[in-house]
Amino acid sequence: MGRVHRSIFSAALFTALALVAGACGSSSDDSVISESSAAIATERGLSEADINAALKTYTPSGQIDEYIMFASGGHSGQVFVIGMPSMRLIKEIGVFTPEPWQGYGYGDENHEDLFAAGAAGDEELTWGDTHHPALSETGGDYDGEYLFINDKANGRVATIDLRDFETKQIIKNPISINDHGGTFATPDTEWVIEGGQYATPLAWDYAPLDDYETDYRGMITFWKFDRAAGRLDYDASFAMELPPYWQDVCDAGKLVSEGWIFCNSFNVEMSTGMDPADPENSEPFEAGASAGENDYLHIINLEATTAVAAAGKTVEVNGFPMITLDTVIEENLLYFAPEPKSPHGVDITPGGEYMVVSGKLDPHVTIYSFEKIQKAIAAGGFETDQYGVPLLAFDDVVEAQVEVGLGPLHTQFDDQGYAYTSLFLDSDVARWSLGGPYREDGWKLEGTIDVHYNIGHLATAEGDTVSPDGKYLVALNKWSLDRFFHPGPLYPQNFQLIDIDEPGPEMQLLYDMPIGNGEPHYAQIIKADKLNPYTVYPEVGWDPGTMSVDPDAPQVGTEGVIRDGDNVTVNMTLVRSHFTPERVEIFEGDHVTWNLTNIETSEDATHGFTIPGYNINLSLEPGETATIEFDADNSGVFTFYCTEFCSALHLEMAGYFLVEPK
Amino acid sequence: MINQLVDRILGPRIPQVEVADQRGLYQRPRTLFTAAALVLAVSIMLPYWELRLKAPQFPKGLRVTAWVNRLEGDVQELEGLNHYIGIPSFEDGAVLERSVAIAGILGLAGLLLAGLYIHSRWVMVFVGPAVLFPVFFLADLQFWLWNYGHSLDPRAPLSGAVGEFTPPIFGPGKIAQFDTFAWPGFGFMLAILAAVLTARGLIAHRRAYRPLIAAASLDEAGQPDSEVSA
Repeated sequence: MGRVHRSIFSAALFTALALVAGACGSSSDDSVISESSAAIATERGLSEADINAALKTYTPSGQIDEYIMFASGGHSGQVFVIGMPSMRLIKEIGVFTPEPWQGYGYGDENHEDLFAAGAAGDEELTWGDTHHPALSETGGDYDGEYLFINDKANGRVATIDLRDFETKQIIKNPISINDHGGTFATPDTEWVIEGGQYATPLAWDYAPLDDYETDYRGMITFWKFDRAAGRLDYDASFAMELPPYWQDVCDAGKLVSEGWIFCNSFNVEMSTGMDPADPENSEPFEAGASAGENDYLHIINLEATTAVAAAGKTVEVNGFPMITLDTVIEENLLYFAPEPKSPHGVDITPGGEYMVVSGKLDPHVTIYSFEKIQKAIAAGGFETDQYGVPLLAFDDVVEAQVEVGLGPLHTQFDDQGYAYTSLFLDSDVARWSLGGPYREDGWKLEGTIDVHYNIGHLATAEGDTVSPDGKYLVALNKWSLDRFFHPGPLYPQNFQLIDIDEPGPEMQLLYDMPIGNGEPHYAQIIKADKLNPYTVYPEVGWDPGTMSVDPDAPQVGTEGVIRDGDNVTVNMTLVRSHFTPERVEIFEGDHVTWNLTNIETSEDATHGFTIPGYNINLSLEPGETATIEFDADNSGVFTFYCTEFCSALHLEMAGYFLVEPK
Repeated sequence: MINQLVDRILGPRIPQVEVADQRGLYQRPRTLFTAAALVLAVSIMLPYWELRLKAPQFPKGLRVTAWVNRLEGDVQELEGLNHYIGIPSFEDGAVLERSVAIAGILGLAGLLLAGLYIHSRWVMVFVGPAVLFPVFFLADLQFWLWNYGHSLDPRAPLSGAVGEFTPPIFGPGKIAQFDTFAWPGFGFMLAILAAVLTARGLIAHRRAYRPLIAAASLDEAGQPDSEVSA
């Protein structure tokens, strides 16, 4: 090569090398974020904390969430399934409210039975006020098999099977009009607890408010869970009569305190509200129920209680066994301990040693020691309340008090010996340290983090089990105010995901999730790999109501229309992209039983089914069979069709239902 | 007459002295034919052909595995998809072949074992089919692949959109929105191994028996050799 060529070549090579070195150098200046990423952050006004929050929550397409949160839907009557940390809504499980997309309560016979079981007298209810979901537990840890939920408004409980995330059972409490302290599961889910709230005469009886102290009562119901059947066993369950103190939230003891139940109350004052006939001598509940210095923590010996019930020392109220208050006192089943002001939550620490009561109107959390409670009970010599229930002395049973802030409502725990209490008035979450076996520097407020706004409950990952995971905390905030675009005057709630991984006073806000479809009260957060839901039903002809194959389900080859007098049975199969049969011809006035089976076996191959004008919509998952029953009172030609987009020829998946006039 | 024919087929018997002396020479074709028979029998228990299909809405892909007498895998899903294009049902494909497959292949193995006793050129009749079997299998599979892709029901909704096609017997292909890929299963590779073993067995057989056959035909043509035993 000539000299000139060689020098040009060297110069070019040198320049190229320099550029490469320069590029490498400049990207290493930004340590973690590349220049282009930093530019995006600047343009969107994101701080480094924001970038880290995004990195901790963003879940790329195809990646599955680490945790699943089951949140109550409040007066939507449903349960929300939310993935974490992405905070994406995955499903709204239909529970007390019909839900058409899932075909829940729009003709499916199984659901008609469910809603009938949940009726209050003659009134069929089509909504509920769901508050506290409880995941089934084994050995005090979530096992991912069942979820229970209560309906505060109407005093009902429901059982949800987590193999297909569908409600299998609704029970109307025969004694209580409403509830609140439910549902909570004992460590092996032998019992599911439903505590009452507003005192009334039990079993829908009538009594004037003047007779409040004598005729009005609280109650707590113990539902026996039959895991093999996957249902609460009505016939093996019973209730306990309590004084009319407005019981509130309950929790089941675990490990050292297993076999005991704890509930708080907030109207020991027995206020009956403003009396229009006597305004001088009465006051509204908000003042009356808060007048006293203390309410009572209810300490129930569940082991002794179940023995008493098993021995038949009950009375029948509305056909349901109940242990009367007199028997409760006689058999030493219940003890009271004073709890300051009008407390809200009672939460048991992971090892079961302490009961944490959140003060609500008192700025403290009051921590009771199970060991001290046992000692006090054994020591005896107590005072009693006006009904005769033994009253333990405050100083005998309290381990510590921590001043956390204004409006403490509810406490959860992590894996580092911290407790987290929601502060409604301060609009904060307080992190404080547990003493005893947990942390050296126990019973101290560690730090707070602002939440937006006015937090009710909170949930930590596996936070009410014997082994919480820590890592994440979700604040269930009641007001969102300026956090989101507001869709008219009804603002969404705000779930805030908070990083609680690092010890110390600091916690980090990661993500705001608007909840515009309900008002969650409490949530349960479980590791996603503990759940094992079906991808398709195990066999074609599967009845989700019994969770087994229905031998009478239509199958390939058994389709058709069978007439027996005025009764017509239609057996139909569904597959991409046709119904078999595609024509059903009957007469006006016929009583129709229509059985359908989705004979697919591939995942996501769901088919819908509707008969216009009959308010019928079904969702049939692969393998599922369902039955609808109705009287063909309207003559005409109806086109049934598949309502769930299923295939390239989804529009052609239709049929004619001809009802010939008589 | 029959006896003579049978004798001709069976071929010359080896003198005991020879057998002892040249053990290896005569053992070799026996070993190879026996090995081939075993390999063929085992091949029945392994898949012969594998097909994978990928499309955007099937992130895990679909698979079909062809054994000698059946299909396994996502057959039901594929049947469902096939009806949109008008592909005939898998039930109607290669019915005869599938019904005789196991008996047939075991028969081939049996023929190979019978061939152990045939010392004449007639051995080719007995073991030949085992050599040809892989070719036959491929030809038959190719035929059915072609057949299915060219028997589209014109009334099927998407038959026009897809048009006629022949899925490749090995390697990549495309059917509607599916990218396909096919490859031979272990069973088929064992069938090839059996064919190779048989072919080598034939060569060893020739090397062992040719002199005897030549000697026998000389004997026929010339004087009988009393030292050759029947």
